[in-house]
Amino acid sequence: MQHASLKRLATLLADGKASSVELCQDYLERIERLNPHLNAFISVDRARTLAEARAADARRAAGETGPLLGVPIAHKDIFCAEGWRTTCGSRMLADFVSPYDAHVIERCKAAGMPCLGKTNMDEFAMGSSNETSYFGLVKNPWDERAVPGGSSGGSAAAVAARMCPAATGTDTGGSIRQPAAMTGITGLKPSYGLVSRYGMIAFASSLDQGGPMAPSAEDCALLMNVMAGFDARDSTSLEREPEDYSRDLDKPLDGLRIGLPREYFGAGLAADVGRAVEAAIAEYRRLGAETVELSLPNTRLSVPVYYVLAPAEASSNLSRYDGVRYGHRAAEYADLTDMYERTRAEGFGAEVKRRIMIGTYVLSHGYYDAYYLQAQKLRRLIAQDFAEAFRRCDVIMGPTAPTTAFDLGAKRADPVQMYLSDIYTIAVNLAGLPGMSVPCGFGEDGRPVGLQIIGDYFSEARLLNVAHQYQLATDWHARAPVL
Amino acid sequence: MSLSIDDVKRIAHLARIRVDAEEAARYQAQLNGILGLIEQMQAVDTAGIEPMAHACDVQQRLREDTVTETDRREAFQAVAPQAEAGLYLVPKVIE
Repeated sequence: MQHASLKRLATLLADGKASSVELCQDYLERIERLNPHLNAFISVDRARTLAEARAADARRAAGETGPLLGVPIAHKDIFCAEGWRTTCGSRMLADFVSPYDAHVIERCKAAGMPCLGKTNMDEFAMGSSNETSYFGLVKNPWDERAVPGGSSGGSAAAVAARMCPAATGTDTGGSIRQPAAMTGITGLKPSYGLVSRYGMIAFASSLDQGGPMAPSAEDCALLMNVMAGFDARDSTSLEREPEDYSRDLDKPLDGLRIGLPREYFGAGLAADVGRAVEAAIAEYRRLGAETVELSLPNTRLSVPVYYVLAPAEASSNLSRYDGVRYGHRAAEYADLTDMYERTRAEGFGAEVKRRIMIGTYVLSHGYYDAYYLQAQKLRRLIAQDFAEAFRRCDVIMGPTAPTTAFDLGAKRADPVQMYLSDIYTIAVNLAGLPGMSVPCGFGEDGRPVGLQIIGDYFSEARLLNVAHQYQLATDWHARAPVL
Repeated sequence: MSLSIDDVKRIAHLARIRVDAEEAARYQAQLNGILGLIEQMQAVDTAGIEPMAHACDVQQRLREDTVTETDRREAFQAVAPQAEAGLYLVPKVIE
């Protein structure tokens, strides 16, 4: 059961060959066995999951059908889910039981998908290795000495270890794609505005976007159909006609124009990752695609621009954690200011504090033009690079990350080195474009490699088609670690 | 441009994060490393380029000025560190 696709699980349920309760029990047993080693889940609540599964089975018994009715899912612990502890990987919210559901959670519930648990993550989604979580690091199921990537590292590890058939993630600078690459699964970061941010704990609001993580592109398409949709409570949610993201999966790739940015294949790219990505592009040529060399000249600037804009937005968003309305409050304090300062000193970890301070600094009097405004101008240049590129190609391909998963602890002491591991993913968020990571082989260390596929705005169905056709011709996505 | 220890303490206070002397020294080195990375931006001439605040250039939606939320005060105050009689409790701010 644990290696079945979403489509296969849905068929088993529709044919009456399995119940949602049985599926959930299977996955819960695997979670109980593997989570002590991997730490992919922060919260598991067997009784609550099984109650949701029984409700899904009852809906089916009453005649209801639905493509994923009864298929279980895990949620990144950034999504508020009523009755579930929702921590965002932080001590600040360690005991926060959400009184309401995020829009994504509402949609999954409406689709009848029981929640298997809340997955581990970098604190407030700030990190690229899942090592900043207050609830401990997550190990990569392929190699327990390696990080799973971040910030959606728990979701990625849980899917890779087949502790859940699929999971939700969020991506602000690569947090779906980079961990998907490092754990050998498929992940989609949608165009900005397609998935509501309501109830998704905010990090950098102009960049944050939820999306699906699963073994295959087909799974991601089915889950995207559930997650995406207009929501008036998110002021940047886009009013668009609902789409079936799986509609183009079976289209052939003849004539597909693949753009290859030279900046994604230069210095800094590990040779073994480069070889796996080149082999994937060769496979695409066999499938009928042609390749076009092009340039995204401002790629280099995307990391500095991101580390102005994201911390600036974070310092504003995280000012809400003041120990008054919810979350942690220091036990002892002299006055109100002291209460704020001690509460935030105790509640936030080191990486979150660094980013809040950087954000506070770049927004402070006298520095706004030099940092924040300059970064916003460069953001436009980065977005224009892509607009220019998409005149000459249909999709852009390259590596998702410059290396395979690095060792636990390797970059923990040096924030700048950690930030540079997102060099190929960040620009996509700045532009607001959709991007995917698709497993395409293994490095010399036996750790997975991800191929990144970037599309123009709202081309998700095309991206999923491009990924699916590759997955029909290869089996990297079907491989799972032996656990 | 590099931050002094006093700059770090001032920023931490603006951000309402208490730091002790040892932490301030550690953050000084790390924040200066990050600012060194950010400095690369300054080499680019951006005269005449419109700042981009958002991924999609769409207008903010307007809605009717009507009540859309139900009263969930009890549920929301149940997760507060200290609440009493429908009020959030904080240290005394007015003598």
